[in-house]
Amino acid sequence: MIETRDLCKRYGDLKAVDGISFKVEPGQVLGFLGPNGAGKSTTMKMIAGFLTPTSGSASVCGFDVQAQPLEAKRMLGYLPEGAPSYGEMTVAGFLQFIADVRGLDGDVRRRGIDNAVGRLSLTSVMGQTIDTLSKGFRRRVGLAQAILHDPKVLVLDEPTDGLDPNQKHEVRALIQTMSRDKTIIVSTHVLEEVHAVCSRAIIIADGKVLADDTPQGLEARSRYHQAVSLSTENPKAAQELLTRIGDVAAVEIDPQDGRVTAFPRKGKPIFQAVTDALKQGNFPFSEIALEQGRLDEVFRQITQPRKVAAVTKQEAA
Amino acid sequence: MSSARKNLISILTRRELKSYFATPVAYVFIVIFLVLCKAFTFYLGDFYQRGQADLLPFFNFLPWLFLFLIPAISMRLWAEERKSGSIELLLTLPVSMWQAVLGKFLAAWIFTGIALALTFPIWITVNYLGDPDNGAILAGYFGSFLMAGAFLAVGSCLSALTRNQVIAFILTVVVCFALMLAGWPMILEGIRGLGFPQSVVDAIAGLSFLTHFAAISKGVIDLRDLLYFLLMIGFWLYASVVVIDLKKAD
Repeated sequence: MIETRDLCKRYGDLKAVDGISFKVEPGQVLGFLGPNGAGKSTTMKMIAGFLTPTSGSASVCGFDVQAQPLEAKRMLGYLPEGAPSYGEMTVAGFLQFIADVRGLDGDVRRRGIDNAVGRLSLTSVMGQTIDTLSKGFRRRVGLAQAILHDPKVLVLDEPTDGLDPNQKHEVRALIQTMSRDKTIIVSTHVLEEVHAVCSRAIIIADGKVLADDTPQGLEARSRYHQAVSLSTENPKAAQELLTRIGDVAAVEIDPQDGRVTAFPRKGKPIFQAVTDALKQGNFPFSEIALEQGRLDEVFRQITQPRKVAAVTKQEAA
Repeated sequence: MSSARKNLISILTRRELKSYFATPVAYVFIVIFLVLCKAFTFYLGDFYQRGQADLLPFFNFLPWLFLFLIPAISMRLWAEERKSGSIELLLTLPVSMWQAVLGKFLAAWIFTGIALALTFPIWITVNYLGDPDNGAILAGYFGSFLMAGAFLAVGSCLSALTRNQVIAFILTVVVCFALMLAGWPMILEGIRGLGFPQSVVDAIAGLSFLTHFAAISKGVIDLRDLLYFLLMIGFWLYASVVVIDLKKAD
């Protein structure tokens, strides 16, 4: 379990983290979203016990990170931003060192190392020095180091950054298998990742929590949630036809691919009405879809509401 | 618990020490150190012309050699950890700040000890040529090792101040130079000439590496000199802990 209470970090006048409180339970994967410089990494560094909070507190499995740092750190596996390690060491040497520091012995140690190496497919590079590895491998070494002691709590700062799509998929699968009995925080700015691994997402900007919801809940905030989009030869006619439906708030035509999207009034399902209208008018279309909502749009809306509002106004004019 | 703690320090020390030898740096350092030791002792130190069977020329030059070579070892202690970001990894492992500082310092100290021990051919030479007081020589080595520790502790603290190794190097040389000069007769005379009372002059001399090293290098181990070096090491390591705590974030 991870809990933060009114966590703050100030650098001079700059508030990097400004009163962040949340609680993550075992079995949950919390996604940390936010623009660069929002305070994601700073928050994670405070949870991991690297930075001292200006005020507020964080606890890991009930151990206060400031008052009982060693107990808290024993419970925690942490992948710092950029996956730093000791470049002159071999992968094997590095993992042995971490196992030593973590006090792993005998069978537990062998299983821990084998498991981490196997899960992150590091067998082929065990004898290489970390400096000579590609970015993706280095990140995986960092991940292996974090899960070596089978920690109850994992804090991973951008675990999939620099990985190719296959590796990303593997790491996401790994996080999901581990999530069953662990508490995990993952920071990312890849929004698709939120869907793939997170059971809950927190969006922060300027050091404050702006949204705390399930990925589905976040999507529901999107204009596109429950919207219906279709491809047709004649978008103008489709726009006319669909605008007449009572629960449709607006119909837009994508200027690039000509796709027509009908937006519902708040909370009104329109899929049935739209398909009925199309059928009645015998309107030709090649494909139709019910939209789930677009996270990237919600993300922008939440993190820079003024900019989004300005753009919408411009479009309207 | 206490054995586990000692164990952790030795794990950190071993990792650090291995990393010295993982790159050519360690070998280059040792070779240069040995070459300079011999050059200073046999040529500049008039080892043969003096006609005395002791290692005074060697021990007299050693502080000056340390002044430039030890900061080259200590500069990477923390600056490199900060630059590569591995400091974040290290300090989020279940390791206390003291263990980390001590573990890294000990590695550097042991490394210097190895370099110092490798000057043994000079000792063999003097034993071959004459009949020196080997007790005094041993004391001299012991004093040199202690002084190296003090240099390294200063370097550890100043290396924690920056992520740039060059800056760490220069800062350490300057501070160590000041600490050495504080005991130089010329400087002390100058201070006395400025009208400072004898107690101030003594206090400044008391801070100096050279004053305390001089006695030991002649084979006299005084408890006060021992204490001086140990306190010096303790103080600068404590300062390292404070500096790292303050500066690790940036």
